[in-house]
Amino acid sequence: MNLALRDIRHNLGRFLLTCLGLGLLLGVALAMVGIYRGVVEDALSLPRALGADLWVVEEGTRGPFAESSRIPGDVREAVARLPGVREAGAVTFQTAEVTRPGGGVLRLQLVAYEPDRPGGPPVLTAGRGIARGRFEMVADRRAGLPVGATLEMGGQRFRVVGLTEGAVSSGGDPLAWITLRDGQELQFRLAPPAARRQLAAGGGTAGTDTVNAVIARVSPNQRVEAVAEEVRRWKHLSALTAAEQEEVLTRSVVARARVQLGMFTVVLLIASAVVVALIVYTLTLDKLREIATLKLIGARDRTIVGLIVQQAMALGIVGLAGGASLLFSVKDFFPRRVALGPEEVTGFALLVAAICLVASLLGVRLALRVEPQQALGG
Amino acid sequence: MGGTASPPLVVLEGIAKGFGEGEARVQALSDITLSVEAGTVVGLRGPSGSGKSTLLNLIACILEPDAGRLALAGETVWEGGRYRRRDLRALRREKIGFIFQFHNLLPFLDATDNVALAMTLAGVGLAEARRRARELLDYLQVGRRATAMPARLSGGEAQRVAIARALANRPRIILADEPTAALDSERARVVMDLLRQVAQEQQAAILVVTHDEKIFDRFDRLVSLRDGRIEAELVPAKAA
Repeated sequence: MNLALRDIRHNLGRFLLTCLGLGLLLGVALAMVGIYRGVVEDALSLPRALGADLWVVEEGTRGPFAESSRIPGDVREAVARLPGVREAGAVTFQTAEVTRPGGGVLRLQLVAYEPDRPGGPPVLTAGRGIARGRFEMVADRRAGLPVGATLEMGGQRFRVVGLTEGAVSSGGDPLAWITLRDGQELQFRLAPPAARRQLAAGGGTAGTDTVNAVIARVSPNQRVEAVAEEVRRWKHLSALTAAEQEEVLTRSVVARARVQLGMFTVVLLIASAVVVALIVYTLTLDKLREIATLKLIGARDRTIVGLIVQQAMALGIVGLAGGASLLFSVKDFFPRRVALGPEEVTGFALLVAAICLVASLLGVRLALRVEPQQALGG
Repeated sequence: MGGTASPPLVVLEGIAKGFGEGEARVQALSDITLSVEAGTVVGLRGPSGSGKSTLLNLIACILEPDAGRLALAGETVWEGGRYRRRDLRALRREKIGFIFQFHNLLPFLDATDNVALAMTLAGVGLAEARRRARELLDYLQVGRRATAMPARLSGGEAQRVAIARALANRPRIILADEPTAALDSERARVVMDLLRQVAQEQQAAILVVTHDEKIFDRFDRLVSLRDGRIEAELVPAKAA
């Protein structure tokens, strides 16, 4: 006879209401876990989307994401000729705020690349890749732009020709690919009045063949680290492997956000533990006479401990199920990615089980201190 | 009433119990010698603070005596300043049934399962426990309320279910603490008659703490306590 379940069934309304409150709290804590994971995934989304084995950047920088990096565009040719390099492509990155076709501001992370070279969009989910030399764009679905939409940037109209899925910057902005030439003009070409002023000042006309990085794919039989070492010997250039670039992103670019989210998650879990402990303690207080009666009629301690611990676990399981269901039904409406896979949910469920177990100890302690004579008398 | 020739199931010899230390010490019981034979119902009466509840707690092995000897169902349980048994809850499961003033049924179990619970705690399988619980409820004429939750039972019905629970493991000793205090006269008499019937048919020793004068005539013996001592022991005149 399971006393915990019978008691729950007897007070089902109160139990479900309690679970609802706890579920909301656990749902928020789980959301924080998902947002934490989402921040990391978003940070890695861009370099992974480009599929580079090696990042060649300006010497003394850990660019192009953690720090600014500018190198000449012809570095690509030199990198492509290195032994073991299969292909190389020059890329630039910049953030752009544009006006949506229907109005409103849209923030994009622009990736400019050379078509048919590394740096382009990963798998397209709609439309086609960039085919013309100028003013075409492949955007991520998060931008909310349909194929065929046009956007104005730098005085030019760009047409969306294809869509990708799940490609965002470390800041959560959707990625949009354009050609390297378009990107360089957007980023490095001065507006005509400014160019005239520079010319008048004797500065000459600045060239625009500058890129933020050159990315390379290395042959499978070649060690990426060896190629990186080779590049590091060159003047004015530095190289990071894909693993080093990911390390830079997670340790530097989103480190504070991760710590912030991690700490907030811990605070929420502690709050959940306190709430569960108080609920279980209150439920136990409500049952002191029943517990005393059980002791008097000979119930073993394990029967009484089981009653309390099972109720605490049921509270956690039902609360988590409710909170997780709610979260999964709304997580796609969050402005940033809430990355929750089976691994995160299972880990969180185990954590909740442990919290409930620990939180029930207060109730267990109270129950074990109940004297059987409390059942006697009025 | 018969049963005086039966062996005593509850034996107290020179039992004493005090609470507190030094000047604050209160002697709750002094030199209590009492025996209750199988098949008898003994009443314990006395004013508040006379030691009735303390005596009941001592017999239930909830409180330790300071001195004396306590034997239950032929087994010496306390002697020489210590319990002779380690697992006192097992002792209670095996030998003692309890009836309370406010029935103390578990509110989340129906009448059958309240009775069956006592049996499952003693190791009886749930199906068998439920079958026997229904038999007991029928025996106590409350079988038609077998599936009712305690909150739906009248005071008399709840007390009968509580008696069924007390009888669940066929204990030789039943301790009742004011079992009729929450009942009207008619139901109080019915409950007492049931206890008398149980004592006779199951050869149990029943000890009842009560203030309820209207049931005094239902006891085989009535022990009066005052200031922790047995003041008098009477054999009440039986009512019709």
